[in-house]
Amino acid sequence: MSKSSIRDTFFEECEDLLEALTEGLNELEEAPGDDETVNAVFRAVHSIKGGAGAFGLNDLVGFAHTFETVLDMVRDHKLSIDANLIRLFHKSGDKLNDLVEAERDGTSFDAASRDAVTAELEEYLSDEAEEEIAFSAAPLDFAPAPIDADLAPLSEEPVAELPNATVTSCYRIVFVPNSELYTHGHEPLLLLDQLRDLGEVEIVMDVTGAPDFAALESDMTYPGWTLCVSTQASRDEVEAVFEFVEGLCQLTIVDEVEMSDLPPLPSLPEPPQITPPPMDATAQAKPKERDSKGPKPTLRVDLERVDRLINNVGELIINQAMISQCISQLELPPTSQILNEIEDYKLLARDIQEGVMAIRAQPVKPLFQRMARIVREASEATGKHARFVTVGENTEIDKTVIERLADPLTHMVRNAVDHGLENAEGRKKAGKDESGTIRLSAAHRSGNVILEISDDGSGINRPAVLKKAIEKGLIAPDAELNEGEIDNLLFAPGFSTAAEVSNLSGRGVGMDVVKTAVMKLGGRISVASTEGEGSTFSIVLPLTLAVMDGFVVSIGDQTMVVPIASILETVSPANGDIHILGQSDRLLLLRNRYIPIVNAAENLGLGADQHETPIYLIVEAEAQGLCALEIGEIHDQRQIVVKSLDSEFGAIPGISAATILGDGKIALILDTDEIARRSAPSAETLTFIQNSEFQDV
Amino acid sequence: MSDTAELTVAETEEFVTFSAGNQVFCIKITQIREIRRWAPVTALPHTPPDVLGVMNLRGAVIPIIDLSARFGLGQTEGNERNVVIIAIDGDNSVGMLVQSVSEILSVTTDQIQDTSEVRSASTAQYITGIISHDDHMIRVIDLATVLHGRA
Repeated sequence: MSKSSIRDTFFEECEDLLEALTEGLNELEEAPGDDETVNAVFRAVHSIKGGAGAFGLNDLVGFAHTFETVLDMVRDHKLSIDANLIRLFHKSGDKLNDLVEAERDGTSFDAASRDAVTAELEEYLSDEAEEEIAFSAAPLDFAPAPIDADLAPLSEEPVAELPNATVTSCYRIVFVPNSELYTHGHEPLLLLDQLRDLGEVEIVMDVTGAPDFAALESDMTYPGWTLCVSTQASRDEVEAVFEFVEGLCQLTIVDEVEMSDLPPLPSLPEPPQITPPPMDATAQAKPKERDSKGPKPTLRVDLERVDRLINNVGELIINQAMISQCISQLELPPTSQILNEIEDYKLLARDIQEGVMAIRAQPVKPLFQRMARIVREASEATGKHARFVTVGENTEIDKTVIERLADPLTHMVRNAVDHGLENAEGRKKAGKDESGTIRLSAAHRSGNVILEISDDGSGINRPAVLKKAIEKGLIAPDAELNEGEIDNLLFAPGFSTAAEVSNLSGRGVGMDVVKTAVMKLGGRISVASTEGEGSTFSIVLPLTLAVMDGFVVSIGDQTMVVPIASILETVSPANGDIHILGQSDRLLLLRNRYIPIVNAAENLGLGADQHETPIYLIVEAEAQGLCALEIGEIHDQRQIVVKSLDSEFGAIPGISAATILGDGKIALILDTDEIARRSAPSAETLTFIQNSEFQDV
Repeated sequence: MSDTAELTVAETEEFVTFSAGNQVFCIKITQIREIRRWAPVTALPHTPPDVLGVMNLRGAVIPIIDLSARFGLGQTEGNERNVVIIAIDGDNSVGMLVQSVSEILSVTTDQIQDTSEVRSASTAQYITGIISHDDHMIRVIDLATVLHGRA
């Protein structure tokens, strides 16, 4: 393994550790006194620190160390957890996350804000007695040394022991490593050496569990040790030696006094196992801990391999469709065996596809955790109190969708705190709890994923929205809109409700950007709001980007596919509804509204398509609103497997990808946004359309 | 004959010869994935005339170029002997429409003449060398340059 791949593994582990950290902090919020959770949190930070030390990431080590030291005080019950401390811990967790990301990507981080958090953490430290400072100083020395992450800090801790412990006590330790202990890179000798540092150790090795030499298996482990330790160190310190192999061995530690309770020598391979003391209860980031906490064992797989498999399955589906088509052309008698078999084949192929897609699917939990951070930061920046509630965080969505959701969701969550919630006074006046609630939920519903972001604020201020829209020239001053239409103005380009530009939201990007991002994912966004009770934004997304619903249409002499997600409606108008304006701009009159017509064939350079009864697909384009796409004919509506076009020719304007139809022919998938953009009507026509919209109703 | 000793150490390479734009070319056999009969392809909008479109090769979408047009020798005329050579360049596959495929040629590397001094002509930029065979001049094409455009 090269150093860089070890480094990659470290950062992958960091992700898990940070997730565990956030989870632990959330649990602490619920149950502040839970020692196990405190330990889990401590260990997450500690493991990150240890790993970072091994790679010489000193910024990370320094910060993690301060964080860890405060956590250690909580662990030792020298500090009790209150709301402020939790908030600080969350903030520290966020900073730790930033630092890890900065180190991973080689980017810079906000040193000032880190120092601010460090200072806050250190306030807690300075409250403590001198000896605490001595304690905190000692482990610093180990930090840059590139040694095993897990063992390093431990070997130092005993050095920092309190000098006043002078009582010598004896412990009898039975230690039988599992083979996992070795696969995790631990070495019993080092553990025994550490014990020796604590005091005098008498070691007896026990190999009764080992089979005959001939039956030895090289990847199994057989020996165990019985150790008698005479030491001035406390029991905790002795236990600390084994802290990182917890769950990877059978371990019994008894005070010499209680020795009679223990069987003389462990009858291998099953010596009694004591209940781990709380300190060790949640050995961090070790399989044992995960098992006890519930999650099933998982496998890290190179994403490329999965994608290759998905590609192949896509081909299988296409192949299946082609075979089906061939067979149907044979016009076999309905009793033919092959018809049954092909039906089974179809089902199997679909099962395989779903199974493979599920590999790419990931729970939205990490995304939601990021949003928790956004809520914290936003409520801090606005001075509003916000509780963050998540529902359905185990809902799974395609990895790519999750990645592309992060930005729009961040924006919406910020908006919810900044614009949605009232401040504490406002809430009191309205008779609500002083702290508002932001609720983020995810659920599967009929082949789609539905995300909802709701707040219990005052709801959309419709008169203000209306006023703003008129000011911005988005609607005519005398336009009469119903509530839904007013709410939808939020998504109009160039609309921003904040009375003044706050440093949080209102940076010029509005909900229209969110809407565009959601539509790019093949989804839809809507809003519902009740005055005084809050607003809910709903995003409906497809489960995957690899398969989509589309209309199979003919454009010119070609068969193409238009994604259904981009079509609002299809119209087959009477001749009188088409109006010509200026030199060549044509407009479609639809329900008192003029919509510019774009001939798809012409737009794609396939020659003007003179179809007798053209069909118009009303699509909503990113930049200029509605647009009527003129096409020849709609053949079919079906699920298609999306194939990216080879980048050999660079991006092809108006085409987003391709798919393979049942007859084996390739059909191009239209990018309606791009087509509308390329055929933008002239300025005069646009003005005409806008004016005419003001006059209608 | 001291030459024979050298010949046996010189590497032997196999080339597939084909004609495009009434000239004879060849390409290393290791760069060819398969050769298929010409079938109509799906045209791509807004592409230059030497890009014919894309075809479905067992579920993969493969771009097809007209080699003659790319060499500046005019569009290939429809002919039932026309074939598409599917070539592999790294991870990408690409189809090249040619007039016809002739034979497999086994030559040693020292039989390939360098063309650095005649590299000025329009097609020459796609050519790495020349093989003289049965009084014909066979041009060895540089796949990477052909695919990724103007050298």
